[in-house]
Amino acid sequence: MKLAHSMIHKLPKLGFKLFITTIMFVITLGLAHGQTAQEKGLAIAKERKARDLGWGDSVAEMSMILRNANGDEAERKMRMKSLEIKDDGDKGLTIFDQPLDVKGTAFLNFSHALKPDDQWMYLPKLSKVKRIRSKNKSGPFMGSEFSYEDMSSFELEKFKFKYLKDDKFEGQNCFVIEQVPTDKNSGYSKQLVWVDKKHYRALKVEFYDRKNSFLKELLNLEFELYLDKYWRPMRVEMFNEQTSKSTDLVTHSIEFKTGLNDNDFNQGSLKNLR
Amino acid sequence: MNTTWLSLSVNRPKIVLCIGFLLIFVAAFGAKNLYFRGDYKVFFEEDNPQRLAFESMQAHFSKNDGVSIIIAPHSGKVFSVQTLSLIQELTEAAEQTPYSSRIDSLSNFQHTWAEEDDMIVEDLVEDASTLLPGDLDKIQKIALQEPNLLHRLISPKGDVAVINISVNLPDGDQTPEVIKITDSVMAMTDKFKANYPEHDFYHTGVVLMNYSFFSFASNDFESIVPLMFLTIILIMWILLKTLSGTLATLLIIITSIAATMGVGGWFGMFLSTATVNVPTMVMTLAVADCIHIISSMLFGMRAGKNKKEALLYSLDLNKMPIFITSATTSIGFLTLNFAEVPILADLGNLTAVGVLFACLFSLTILPALIMLLPIKVKAQAPNSRDLGHIERFGEWVIRHHKRILPFTLIITVLAVVFSFKNNLDDVPTDYFHESTQFRQATEFQEQHVSGMTSMDFAIYTGEDSGVNQPHNLKVIEDFSIWLRQQPEIDHVSTVTDTYKRLNKNMHADDLSYYKLPNDRETAAQFMLLYEMSLPYGLDLNNHLDMKKSATRIMTMVKNMGSKELVELELRAQTWFSQNAPNLQLSAASPGLMFAHISEINMASMLKGTVVALLLISGLLIFALKSFKLGAISLLPNLLPACIGFGIWGIYSGQVNLGLSIVLSMTLGIIVDDTVHFLSKYRHARINGCDAQESVRYAFASVGRALWITTLVLATGFSILMLSPFALNSEMGMLTGIIILVALAVDFLFLPPFLMVFDKKTKQE
Repeated sequence: MKLAHSMIHKLPKLGFKLFITTIMFVITLGLAHGQTAQEKGLAIAKERKARDLGWGDSVAEMSMILRNANGDEAERKMRMKSLEIKDDGDKGLTIFDQPLDVKGTAFLNFSHALKPDDQWMYLPKLSKVKRIRSKNKSGPFMGSEFSYEDMSSFELEKFKFKYLKDDKFEGQNCFVIEQVPTDKNSGYSKQLVWVDKKHYRALKVEFYDRKNSFLKELLNLEFELYLDKYWRPMRVEMFNEQTSKSTDLVTHSIEFKTGLNDNDFNQGSLKNLR
Repeated sequence: MNTTWLSLSVNRPKIVLCIGFLLIFVAAFGAKNLYFRGDYKVFFEEDNPQRLAFESMQAHFSKNDGVSIIIAPHSGKVFSVQTLSLIQELTEAAEQTPYSSRIDSLSNFQHTWAEEDDMIVEDLVEDASTLLPGDLDKIQKIALQEPNLLHRLISPKGDVAVINISVNLPDGDQTPEVIKITDSVMAMTDKFKANYPEHDFYHTGVVLMNYSFFSFASNDFESIVPLMFLTIILIMWILLKTLSGTLATLLIIITSIAATMGVGGWFGMFLSTATVNVPTMVMTLAVADCIHIISSMLFGMRAGKNKKEALLYSLDLNKMPIFITSATTSIGFLTLNFAEVPILADLGNLTAVGVLFACLFSLTILPALIMLLPIKVKAQAPNSRDLGHIERFGEWVIRHHKRILPFTLIITVLAVVFSFKNNLDDVPTDYFHESTQFRQATEFQEQHVSGMTSMDFAIYTGEDSGVNQPHNLKVIEDFSIWLRQQPEIDHVSTVTDTYKRLNKNMHADDLSYYKLPNDRETAAQFMLLYEMSLPYGLDLNNHLDMKKSATRIMTMVKNMGSKELVELELRAQTWFSQNAPNLQLSAASPGLMFAHISEINMASMLKGTVVALLLISGLLIFALKSFKLGAISLLPNLLPACIGFGIWGIYSGQVNLGLSIVLSMTLGIIVDDTVHFLSKYRHARINGCDAQESVRYAFASVGRALWITTLVLATGFSILMLSPFALNSEMGMLTGIIILVALAVDFLFLPPFLMVFDKKTKQE
């Protein structure tokens, strides 16, 4: 789940489905008194998902700024293309521009909630597409503090939810939701998400490692509204509490509904990138 | 010192005690500020090169110290369904270890292989319980050929496996974390031991070693050190035959230590592995001071004086020697400020204060206490034929002094020769007796898999992505190959093996591609692909820094001494500067830091103490107002250490960090023996006696006190030999030896020397 990319990809459904979901949500809220914490957590997660449905596709230019405990910095540049997929995880295509020695390397990913993702990588020097077969989702993304898992789309099936409490974060009223990953290969025992009550955006996430120690804190900052509906953070900061390393993920530009479709996200398309 | 001032203790004991205890209480109250620091930083100045190298490495790469769990199946076969299941389950369970950041084992090793254009990345062992014999053979073949596993996580015979748990410890004193981690790991393996009884488990690693250091030190502190103090009190009671005097001495020991540590607290000092020795050092001089005063007093009472007269007599007789001993010892300890190690300066300063407290209290509090406590001694009619043992021994020495003298010279020469047999070397694992679990574990590991010591080498290219450059990769590989050829090195983990494996995988597992990529882009792209496929906790940061501009090569080294480790580092640096002069290499690891600590500490400590002894002899020229006696005092000051270490050279020859502190431990007693004997001798000489009569006087007046002090302290320190912790047992033994030798020198060697070389000054 998570944010950064979750904010960038997103789900399908529009219109009718959205209508139904909203109605259900209103009903659910109405029943709030008799709700368990699990039910309430799920309801909030559903609403969060629902509010982000229908964005279609996006193209973004981004930088990752990696920082070690010493404060040294390194920058990685990439472009990310995302396609919203109904009833499954989204498809994503990442093209690396910097460092120069990996320029042109492209990573294609079909994210799935319950089975291992499908992943391919195009290696320009070898001029070959390699399929990666691995159950691992929790490794670091380009050596950053974001794990690959953090970058993939937010899907309800990936977690068990539980509402914990109301809280304020930076002056905004929030729900605090606990999310326990359902994938046993996840690197986390749980995540605590601060979801703002007004727009159902994840403002802050705390990640707990497998031994349930506080591992990382993520902040979504500088939200912008796209297509009058979709909020995206232009800056995402991830801080590792155990190693004091951090990574900032900065979105320089993002465009929606650029007309991408399934044909832009297959092994053949990988080879034909610029 | 003024006798009227001192007589206040005798005349107004209650007032002195009230004021004294009030001040002691105020001083001792500072102990509340004391805290213990066990971290490496206390040993190094901030600009120390080893410290900088280590901290730079920690900033660029993930921390890789931790606990190793060694698993030995009774069947001798790791590659069985049962043992692999155990390893897989234990690997998973180990993730729950507090502060753990990474688990490495046979089962979660990321095995990569190719199937046409697919690259498969998976755990080497998955679902162990369902493995068939063919799978087991395959896993065994892969594991025993994998340079990252062999000799680190699996023994070459396939009979012993290792699981490494790396931990990420916070800065500062890490003792609480170390205890927490060890307890957790022990509890975990206990559980597995119950489920898999056909396996033996051992624990090693830096965390375990620190835990063992701490637990043995604190066990000794709780059992053997109190036993030592008890023995000292008991022997003193038996020899002095006065309970009141013994109890008063005990109180002086306690108050001297309490006030000293309290002052340390007020000055914001912390406890460290060096300063924990301060109480013992202060104790030795407190014991000596008290015994001098009490035994002189008892002598006076036996001669018919009442308690008060006897006490005043004793104070008058002893105040100068006690003061001179304390002042010179104190100055001697202050010279430790010139040591390169910050905590040795603390040790010196605190002991210097403690020695002065012991002096002050034994001249004030002790007489006041004795005045209030009941002491009865029968007066004995003086009988010249009824000489004591000591006096008779003195007569024997005087009679045979010309025959003894050559022996002195021979023994001195022999001692110097044998003391050069000693080797200053610190083998951390040897601090634990062979009967201890930790020592057995490290020896088992070394015998089957590898040594426990790690040594890491970081190569900095100074350019982003510089590791991917073919010429740099070549250097890294050549250096790794060189490291593998070194006989002390059991295992080398290097990123070039990963590059070679990936190159092979990327070419459909064609073995002819098991070599470094030809160009920078290929290398970078392979590594990016690999990095994207790794699981939780197994990132590349152990081998590569964030910018891929630096790499770390990790080695496992045999459990050897500080000297060899430092020498190996030097050899590596030399190879590197000859073969890759434009790259920067640094070596670091806790083991290597410890080795440097030991080397610096041992040298500083021994040099410092010898300098202190020389300085004390110099000071005695002024204190005894005689150049000749000051020069002669070099003999009883230096010879005990010489002979002591000579005996040690014959007995063992290994001098470690713990032993280098022995000389400081005995400094006070050596000086005490010298000063008391020489000052009594000097006293007689000034009053017109010749050398022979003066020696006789010295024996008669101070011999018994020196004898009791020596016996008390030597027995006390020998109790430490009961410890399974070699740091303490060997220290106890050598301290005991040197204390005995110091007395032997004063009784046997010094008198003949005086009688031969101090003949003519009678008329001065």
